[in-house]
Amino acid sequence: MITGNVLSAFISNEWQLQLTILLPLAATLAIRLAHKRPNVREAISLVTSAMLVLLSYSLYRNLSLGFELKLVWFEVIPGLELSFTTEPLALLFALMASFLWLVTSIYSIGYMRGLRESGQTRFYQFFAIAIATVMGIAFAANLFTLFVFYELLTLSTYPLVTHAGDDKAKSGGRTYLALLLSTSFIFFMLAIMGTWLVAGTLDFAPGGIFGHQAAPGTCAVLLVLFILGIGKAAVVPFHRWLPAAMVAPTPVSALLHAVAVVKGGVFTILKVCSYIFGLELMPDLVSSQALLYLAGASVFLASLVAMRQDNLKKRLAYSTISQLGYVTIAALLANNAGVIAGGMHMVIHAFGKITLFFCAGAIVIRTGKKQISQMAGLGRQMPFTMVAFFIASLAIIGLPPTAGVWSKWFLLQGVLDAQQWLLLLVLCLSSLMSIFYLLAIPVRAFFPGSEPGPRSSVRQEAPLPVLIAIGISTLACLLLFLFPQPLFDLAAAVTTTQGGEVR
Amino acid sequence: MIAQLPILQVIVPLLAAPCCLLVGRSKLLWFFALLASAMTFVISLVLLQQVQESGTIHYSLGGWSAPFGIEYRIDLLNAYLLLIVSSITSIILLTAHASITAELNENKHKLFYVVFLLCLAGMLGIIATGDAFNLFVFLEISALSSYTLIALGQKRQALTAAFRYLLVGTLGASFILIGIGLMYMVTGTLNMFDLSERLPQVEESRTVVTAFSFLILGVCLKLALFPLHWWLPNAYAYAPSVVSALLAATATKVAIYILLRFIFTVFGGEFSFTTLPLQEILSVLGIAGVLTASVMAIYQQNVKQLFAYSSVAQIAYMMLALAMNSTNGLIATLLHLFNHALMKGALFLALAGVMYRLGSVELTQFAGLGKRMPWTMAAIVIGGLSLIGLPLTVGFISKWYLLRAALENGWWPLAIFILLGSLLAVVYVWRIVETAYFSPAKAGHNQIKEAPLRLLLPTWILVLANLYFGCDASFTIAVTELTAQALLGGAP
Repeated sequence: MITGNVLSAFISNEWQLQLTILLPLAATLAIRLAHKRPNVREAISLVTSAMLVLLSYSLYRNLSLGFELKLVWFEVIPGLELSFTTEPLALLFALMASFLWLVTSIYSIGYMRGLRESGQTRFYQFFAIAIATVMGIAFAANLFTLFVFYELLTLSTYPLVTHAGDDKAKSGGRTYLALLLSTSFIFFMLAIMGTWLVAGTLDFAPGGIFGHQAAPGTCAVLLVLFILGIGKAAVVPFHRWLPAAMVAPTPVSALLHAVAVVKGGVFTILKVCSYIFGLELMPDLVSSQALLYLAGASVFLASLVAMRQDNLKKRLAYSTISQLGYVTIAALLANNAGVIAGGMHMVIHAFGKITLFFCAGAIVIRTGKKQISQMAGLGRQMPFTMVAFFIASLAIIGLPPTAGVWSKWFLLQGVLDAQQWLLLLVLCLSSLMSIFYLLAIPVRAFFPGSEPGPRSSVRQEAPLPVLIAIGISTLACLLLFLFPQPLFDLAAAVTTTQGGEVR
Repeated sequence: MIAQLPILQVIVPLLAAPCCLLVGRSKLLWFFALLASAMTFVISLVLLQQVQESGTIHYSLGGWSAPFGIEYRIDLLNAYLLLIVSSITSIILLTAHASITAELNENKHKLFYVVFLLCLAGMLGIIATGDAFNLFVFLEISALSSYTLIALGQKRQALTAAFRYLLVGTLGASFILIGIGLMYMVTGTLNMFDLSERLPQVEESRTVVTAFSFLILGVCLKLALFPLHWWLPNAYAYAPSVVSALLAATATKVAIYILLRFIFTVFGGEFSFTTLPLQEILSVLGIAGVLTASVMAIYQQNVKQLFAYSSVAQIAYMMLALAMNSTNGLIATLLHLFNHALMKGALFLALAGVMYRLGSVELTQFAGLGKRMPWTMAAIVIGGLSLIGLPLTVGFISKWYLLRAALENGWWPLAIFILLGSLLAVVYVWRIVETAYFSPAKAGHNQIKEAPLRLLLPTWILVLANLYFGCDASFTIAVTELTAQALLGGAP
């Protein structure tokens, strides 16, 4: 596994691990100090995010795919420590988040300057803090550490959501905090405490930590508490925060509410299902069937609502809720194909959805349009943006030639393995609906027909950094279709680290 | 010298108080008072170390051995409480000069320091003494001085607030006195250790049960257990800022100490929880207190009053933890004594900074302060998060143990109520945050500057303590675990 990695020659693996958290934090300070020089400030953001990608990549290359590296920061209460470890799912999440932070940093330069937003320094600062906490979530070695960073992520993104500072932002921020904090304070916290009392530990371990002596009834209740408590996964009925968070500037919606925060949610669910309950225990729990239907309802209802949204960002938000439901279903299926589908969809949806948000932002910068009904005929004005939108839509729906096809493939396999016929129906219906609510937008942009809309044939694309960012993420959707192997290997490694008999 | 520490702990502030009268200038007075309280802090540190090393310290006042003379008895609980009170008081006193210069007339400064030190002496005396009647005496000293301190407030409402507190306080003290009197009648002793040995022989008698009931009721009045809390919000709100901080951070802690001492040492846990339905009473009142007071806090317009109601809720948490009647429950109570002192100390000192600059702590005045006073507001945010119980702050440590105790007892619904309480805390803390960071600054507030360093520094010492003891709770947990075991194990 060890390759001629330059980073490792200088920095030990332990340090690389903690630098993923410390580096963005240090960047926060540097950004603050450079607040009078926008160019230096943005350069700091870019360099830090590029270094973070290198760090994550180097960790990925240096380590075999198990829980081999462990790093303890400090012990808060006897038995509760802040500690970190690397495992396949964590690496998958960290690689994705750090890479997309880099792309978003490029994008935000174009976006924030293009719109002359105020308070840019504060924006970049909290962005960096948010990424640090995302890394903390990714590499958390136990539920407590994960919980700490989960809450910190909520708080550090609050100033980003309310960036505009007006009444709309304030009320959006209220919904955001209220739902995320109440679910995590009541259900998640109870679930963690319950796990602690039943299992006596909170450490993530391959194959779960409950063992055979735990009462199945208690475990079933705990699973319900976990799924309800991880509000960031936006499972109905705790999904309202996601549309509310759309008051934020577009880069925030793109990275945090299509990638980091929501993926933090489903990542936590994947982690809890694979490393707290374990694939062996999950199917035996009475509640898992009910929760599967809840997630199915989430997929279906959110698609339904998405079709009725005219505000582009809102429609994308509901589409996200629906797609998160896919990952939740994948995790709850608790079979090999399901886990692979969950891991892969987490990443592929991230690339697709971030592209869509980038495009939505690009449209706002150039035309100020936020409603879909105004976008007919936009294809002539912004062909590049709308083509990217089209490709990313395909990735979300799960059609070739984009990577979306792979995760949907494994998800279907998982559903068939588990013989969940009703869910199969829901997933198919929802895919049809997503064709309708996503593809309709670029199609009408290029073929407006007789609909009223902008007829300007002058090419007017967004600023260059924005286009570069859109280009990179679109390209990734296509490349991952051709070369899905590394992604598959990481996701599949989660199932092989399960230990014991693999189902 | 070392042997005399238990009495020095009390004597230093008690003697320093009249000596203040001899000092002339206000600043000198402040140094002098600070010196005295810093000494008590050092003494309490040494005492705690001694107790941890060699067990309970006995000290006979004037060489008269117990039960004839008054005995001072410092066990782990005493030492822990002494440390909390003396350390927090010293930090609060650091801000006193700046804060009272802004809030009090020059001619009242001398009175302030005299009474402040008397109040400190009273509180330390309550904790240090091993004699029930002596405890009553110190209780009166601290109570009378705190009435005076509250009455020093600028507004005229301060007088009514002080008078209300005086009525309730006197009532509570009388109940406690009746309780002590009844116990003396049955056992013929006032020494608490003696009492604990003699009471079991007469515990069947109705007199003992009456004494116990009077004591509990009296103390509950003093510590503002819901629904006996109505005196507290105004007393906190209209007192000078330093006094609000002192009362919020330490005074109620002392009342809780008395409760713990009587329940677990004098009467014994078994008697206490079987004679009266203490578990039911405390858990019901606790839950009602947490929810009602938190909701009341949400509707307050005066931020001091808001945090005062929050204090009522936090006290209710401690009572709730006590009601669990288990080791982890007791640890939660004891942890929260310290943790709550840190949170409320930090918050009220930050409010002192706001008061210094604006002359008011009405919520509407906070508009735009996020920009004008960033450090003070950051302190309020972190203190508030600690109050909410966010991980890595002390609030989380208390909440964790409380929740653990509740679930170990199998009290699931209670656990949900506890967590609901911290959500209510989010609401009232966020009202301040939204006003400070989102509302535009008021006209005429453009000249407002950050609070002076003399106020900011002590505030941030407490804020950082909130974070430090939230990240590394090994010290507090080690002490409270031993204390809880000792208390539940019976006599000290």
